[in-house]
Amino acid sequence: MSNVLAVIEVKDGAPRRVANEVVTAARALADGLGGEVHALIVSGGGASPDALGAHGADVVYECADDSLAEYQAEGYTQAVAGFLDGRDYAAVLFGATSQGKDLAPRVAGRLRLPLASDVTGLEVADGDVVATRPVYAGKAIARVHIDASPALVSVRPNVFTPVEARRPGAVETVEARVDPSAWKVRRREVLGGSGDRPDVGEAPIVVSGGRGMQDPANWGMLEELRDALGPSASLGASRAVVDAGWRPHAEQVGQTGKTVSPQLYFAVGISGAIQHLAGMRTAGTIVAINKDPDAPIFKVADYGVVGDAFEVLPRLAEEIRRARAG
Amino acid sequence: MNIVVCIKRVPDTAARIRVTPGGGIDASGVKYVISPYDEFALEAALRVKEAAGSGTVTALSVGDAASAEQLRAALAMGADDAVLLQGEVGMDGLATARAIADEIGERRPDLVLFGMKAVDGDQQQVGLMTAELAGLPAVSVAASVEVEDGKAVCHREAEGSIEVLEVPLPAVVTITKGEHEPRYPSLKGIMAAKRKPLAEKAAALGDGRITVRDLSEPAARPEGRIVGEGAAAVPELVRLLREEAKVL
Repeated sequence: MSNVLAVIEVKDGAPRRVANEVVTAARALADGLGGEVHALIVSGGGASPDALGAHGADVVYECADDSLAEYQAEGYTQAVAGFLDGRDYAAVLFGATSQGKDLAPRVAGRLRLPLASDVTGLEVADGDVVATRPVYAGKAIARVHIDASPALVSVRPNVFTPVEARRPGAVETVEARVDPSAWKVRRREVLGGSGDRPDVGEAPIVVSGGRGMQDPANWGMLEELRDALGPSASLGASRAVVDAGWRPHAEQVGQTGKTVSPQLYFAVGISGAIQHLAGMRTAGTIVAINKDPDAPIFKVADYGVVGDAFEVLPRLAEEIRRARAG
Repeated sequence: MNIVVCIKRVPDTAARIRVTPGGGIDASGVKYVISPYDEFALEAALRVKEAAGSGTVTALSVGDAASAEQLRAALAMGADDAVLLQGEVGMDGLATARAIADEIGERRPDLVLFGMKAVDGDQQQVGLMTAELAGLPAVSVAASVEVEDGKAVCHREAEGSIEVLEVPLPAVVTITKGEHEPRYPSLKGIMAAKRKPLAEKAAALGDGRITVRDLSEPAARPEGRIVGEGAAAVPELVRLLREEAKVL
C-alpha cells in the first residue's frame, strides 16, 4: 500500500500549527509513492479539520472518545495502534512535538516497528522511505533507510513549511478502540505555568538569552522582544544561564537541551559554544546581538549587531512592534 | 527497591564531531562520557534507593566493550552492580529496546530509569519502546521521581506547566534534568567501583531495520553580515528581517 497517515495533534479543539506541517510532509511523501494522505485526529470530539484538506489530506479520520479529550499517553497509544490494526500504510507521520515525542515511540514499541525521530527531510528511494535526521544535536546529518512497513517517522516542527494542496479532506468517523480500565498512569494535578506559549522546541520564533544578559532580572527585556514578535514567539536560554539557575532547563537550547529549527532565532548575549551552535544552526534566520565582535555566534548568524544588549533590545522591541503593526 | 538505570556511552557534548570518509565518526581525540540525561537518571536512581533505605541500583548499558568505562563510572557514583549487553548499537532504537527488555524480563526490577534521550542519536525513543516491549507503564521526561506506597510519583515537564503523575510499580520512567545535579564520585567510591560486579553478555539486538545510508557534516551557513553597532543598527536590522529575510 502506498498511502501515508498523518497523525494530527489537537489543542483546544483545533489542529495545532504543526498539523499542517505533518500533512504537508505526508503529501510530498504520498506523491512520491503514488498514494493518498489520510489524517487521523484523536480527540474528545469536535475538532475542526478544515485546514487538513487544504494542505493535502484526502481523508480525515476522526477518532473521538470522551476519555481522549486531553492527551493521555496510554489512551492515545491505544487509539493510534488500534486504528492502524488491519490498515495498511507505507508510512505514518507524527509531529516531533512534546506530545509526539511521547506518543510516537509508544506506538512504535506497541506495534514492534522502528521509528525515525525528529526528521528534517523525507524522500522515497526505490519505493522505500529515506529520512534525513540531524544527530549529535546537529553536529552531523544522517540519511537513514527505514526497512519497515509502515515506516514510522516524527517530523521536526517548523521544518516542513505548509504548502496549499487542496484535497477533499472528507471526514470519516472511526471508533476509538480504547480501554481506560487498562490505563495505569494517573494524573494527580497540574502545577503552575499557563502554557500559553509554545515550547521552545516547537516555537517558530525563539528569543534566547545568555550570560551577556548579566542578571536574571534583565530577562524582562527579552520578554518585551518576545511579546513584540507575537504569540508564536518563545524564550530560549543558553546552557550557561540554565546551569547558573537563572532560567529553567525546559528553555535550554543546545545539545543538552532542545534542538530547535525555528524560522527566526535571536541569540542575545550568547557567545556560541559548540553545543549551543549545534542546537540552533538549522534555524531559518539567525540574529545575533553581542558585545564581542569576535564571538563565535556571529559565524552562524545571518545578521549581527555588535553592541550592548541593554541598548539594542528596547529599540528592537519597539521597531518590531511598529513594523508588525504597519 | 531494585532499580535498573540504563546509560549510554556518547561523545562529550563539547566535542566536535568529524565525519570520516567511510561515513563513521572520527573517535580520535574525542572524550567519551555517560550521556548527560543518563547521568541525571543515575542520580535519580541513587536518590530513590537512598530514600527507600535498601535495594540495589544496577547500571545497564548496551554497547561495545568500551562502554565498560562508563559502567565503571556509574559504579563509582554509587551503583551497586553493572551489566554490559555487548553489541553494535545502530540507529534502530527498537533493537536496543529489545535487548534491554530481554534483560529487564529476567531481572524484574521495581523501577527502570532512562535518560529522556541520548545526546548522540537524539532519537528520544528507547525508554518508551522498552516499556512497551516489557509490558510496563511509563512516564517520560520526568524532572523528579519519588517512590511512595508502591507507586512512582513523577513531575513531568509539559508545555510550560508541570504534571504530577503517579504510576504503579514496576514502571519505566525517563528522566530530564530537574534538580538532578549528578554527584561526584568520591575517592572511596572510585576504589570500591573496581571490586563491584560488572557482568558482560551478548545483547539480543536482533536485526536493526533503520540503517544509516550516509553521514555528513552540516553544510556551512552562508556568510552573514554585521548590520551595525548598537541601537543605531536596529532600523536597518528590522528592514532586513522584513524585506530580505521576510520573517516579520
